[in-house]
Amino acid sequence: MNDLFKLTLKQAAEGLKTKEFSSKELTTSVLDRIKKIDPKIGSFLLVTESIAFKQAEKADKLISENQILSYLTGIPFALKDIIVTKDIKTTAGSKILSDFIPPYSATVYEKLEGQSAVLVGKTNLDEFGMGASTENSAYQVTKNPWDLSCVPGGSSGGSAAAIAADLAIYSIGADTGGSVRQPSSLCGVVGLKPTYGRISRYGLIAMASSLDQIGVITKNAEDAALALKEISGYDSRDSNSVEKEVPDYEKFLKDDLKGLKIGVPKEFLSEGVDIKVKETIKRAFTQLEKIGAKLIDLSLPRLKEAIAVYYLIMPSEVSANMARFDGIRFGKERGEFGPEVKRRIMLGTYALSSGYYDAYYLKAAKVRTLIREEFKSAFEKVDVIAGPTSPVLPFKIGERADDPLQMYLADILTVPVNLAGVPAISIPCGLVDGLPVGLQIIGDHWQEGKILNTAFAYEKNYPFNDKPKL
Amino acid sequence: MRKKISLEDARYVAKLANIPLTESQLEKFTSQVSEVIEFNMSLLEKVNTEKIEPTAHVTGVSNKLRKDETEQRLSSDEALQNAKSKHNGFFKVKAILEPS
Repeated sequence: MNDLFKLTLKQAAEGLKTKEFSSKELTTSVLDRIKKIDPKIGSFLLVTESIAFKQAEKADKLISENQILSYLTGIPFALKDIIVTKDIKTTAGSKILSDFIPPYSATVYEKLEGQSAVLVGKTNLDEFGMGASTENSAYQVTKNPWDLSCVPGGSSGGSAAAIAADLAIYSIGADTGGSVRQPSSLCGVVGLKPTYGRISRYGLIAMASSLDQIGVITKNAEDAALALKEISGYDSRDSNSVEKEVPDYEKFLKDDLKGLKIGVPKEFLSEGVDIKVKETIKRAFTQLEKIGAKLIDLSLPRLKEAIAVYYLIMPSEVSANMARFDGIRFGKERGEFGPEVKRRIMLGTYALSSGYYDAYYLKAAKVRTLIREEFKSAFEKVDVIAGPTSPVLPFKIGERADDPLQMYLADILTVPVNLAGVPAISIPCGLVDGLPVGLQIIGDHWQEGKILNTAFAYEKNYPFNDKPKL
Repeated sequence: MRKKISLEDARYVAKLANIPLTESQLEKFTSQVSEVIEFNMSLLEKVNTEKIEPTAHVTGVSNKLRKDETEQRLSSDEALQNAKSKHNGFFKVKAILEPS
């Protein structure tokens, strides 16, 4: 009973249902684990112990009355600190919001509260989600549980490290250019970014509005399917969310891939991708073939411009969204922004300024159309596309911090997905020198079911059972 | 079209964006922004985008309007709870127009 924190979401939900243990016992186990382990990792900016116990008590009452509302009832989770929570401090990892108490909650948190889920804390991130290592947090550095001298990735580095270290049963992140998938890859956990518009972003502090999407970080693909279903759906308060039925993703979880066509773009394994990462991914391809998938060689030549498109469109939208921090209605003065936020505001303001808009922003928006079309025609031939999530293994803390361009290249395999608005998942597929490698599986718009099926079949047949030693 | 960003360009952009920067920060950002723009444009300039429409939205949602009806949202106390300076239920800001 002492090791309840190790459970997956599915296992924990079953234990609560059969009354093997209570939500209070499960929550206590997770909070004790945070107290013991998080001082080494630095996942959490805030641990919400008293809120968690209140929510657990409420969940236990529901369970005792046989009124379990969903798989998430009574289960401890962590929330990226860029999602606003009424009366609970929300900082976005920024000094500018160091004393910000939101007067309302994000839709995703309201949904979780409505299902009597248990919030154990708010997790660390790169300031406003801007970074790929969580080193841009104004508060603390989060360490990779697999090697404490390495970064956990970013920007949802706190959320991913928390799951790798069993500091929550699942967590919620947000992904603008890879911020759920890349840290999941670097921390050896599962990270799913659904289709743009699948989950309401009301109350997600906006970074780049045409790219932002909330996602889930879990211990396996099955848990990702369960959590995704419960937080998806249309919300009139996010006009980009889409009125489309949310399927029961659990139904897609079959353990073979007979007849599934997987596209393998050669650009995903080109130069710039670490040779050991490449070898691990190629082995995963062979394994996918063994369980029934058919591999189809593809070329997506426009992928090589994706990073350039992203680093014009994203900062442009950042510069517009960050204008709301005026130091009047909430937050401190604009001088409190950290260096990366200032850099992106400068970049975006320049790209949008008079005389340059057509050459930079508009040009990038046109090439974005070509990238979308390339994905569209690829999905006429294949069901899913696969490749690495990150071109490199977890890198050392400080190694890239002073070189923005190098840091930006960490996103090279994840940003094309956000530019096209399609869903993708990262799942662990092996270790290299003791560090995890993530396999990225990309689907067409609204085809979360297919990528979850692929991920689930892979992990059933080739389970990733390694855990960091902590 | 592409040109190197000068320190004066950067100063102007910082003013537009209302970002206070020291002289050394300004110098650093000038070279970093230049480097990123140069890198981006070296790739994008090679792509033919004649007759290509720019992407404004990825899933094809068009403008959504709600009924013009009032809804219960934040109270004025809630809206003001994070303001540093307020007066009689209003946000207090520095004067924009000075009396002559």
